[in-house]
Amino acid sequence: MHELAITVIGPDRSGIVADVSEALAEVGANLTDSTMTRLRGHFAMTLICNGLSSQDAERALGPLATGGLIATVRPVEPEVDEAPAGEPYLVSVHGADRLGIVAAVTRVVAAAGGNITDLTTRLTGPLYLLVAEVDVPPGTADDLGERLAVVAAELDVDVSLRRSDSEIL
Amino acid sequence: MRKVVTAPAAVLSTPGAEVDACDPGIVELAGELVAIMRASPGCVGLAAPQIGVSAQVFCVDVTGHPKAATTHGEFVLCNAKIIEASRWRPGREGCMSVPDLTGDVRRAARIVVEAVRPGTGEPVTITTDAFEARALQHEIDHCAGKLFLDRVAGAHAVYQRKVYL
Ligand SMILES: [Zn+2]
Repeated sequence: MHELAITVIGPDRSGIVADVSEALAEVGANLTDSTMTRLRGHFAMTLICNGLSSQDAERALGPLATGGLIATVRPVEPEVDEAPAGEPYLVSVHGADRLGIVAAVTRVVAAAGGNITDLTTRLTGPLYLLVAEVDVPPGTADDLGERLAVVAAELDVDVSLRRSDSEIL
Repeated sequence: MRKVVTAPAAVLSTPGAEVDACDPGIVELAGELVAIMRASPGCVGLAAPQIGVSAQVFCVDVTGHPKAATTHGEFVLCNAKIIEASRWRPGREGCMSVPDLTGDVRRAARIVVEAVRPGTGEPVTITTDAFEARALQHEIDHCAGKLFLDRVAGAHAVYQRKVYL
């Protein structure tokens, strides 16, 4: 069964999630995973759904354009069983805003074989913040920490790398 | 041996009944909880609703856990109530009854719990901290028909649970 990946972006107002999910429900879509946030006042939602064609999804979401919302729909392959993840870590970076912080930090993570599974960046006034969840290859976290410290010194920002284990109760 | 019930299941969302701790059926239930906890790798606590029994009974054993400070070994409590809670701390937790998710949940790092022991009905007061306190709060929640999902810290504080190497 194929799935659809849908993004909806536009000026935020109350009721967008209700409008989007209602429009999709009316054409028989099953919403599975979704995430939504506001990025500098823009509504931004990404979701996966199934049970309908991309044409039906596009038609259902079409009327949202009058409110300034841009929806994109594309078919995607369902998730394949993933290989076991590495060790879970959280990276925080903060400091004065400057060009290329995200690029420099995430390049270091990628070069160390780490996989970013969640990421937030925020610019508030002069302060830039990056928080990322990273799966790190087993036994390599100390090495990644050292490499992050080097790039943080170059960028003149603060970086921390800490383990984010879950306790199963 | 009974199997662990996973969400969605009505029994996990139903407040458990208070029990007569001296009832032989409750003593048997206590033994069964301990047996399943011991047989489940990494399991540090199990509540009756998790094996399909809507009752205020749970077992805990955090012995040797790296995040534990005070520990009381392996024990079973009935009708437990938290009477003091302080030093609230965030932490990421998961649950055998919600196998695919984890979430950030604030829990008190110091608690006082009043309960009765199965078999004797002897009242006990347990004062504990750190990981044992978190485990007790998680199990007492189960007995009240609550999951950690009812307490997650925010919309982006729920995570896909991964299989780690
Ligand atoms: Zn649980």
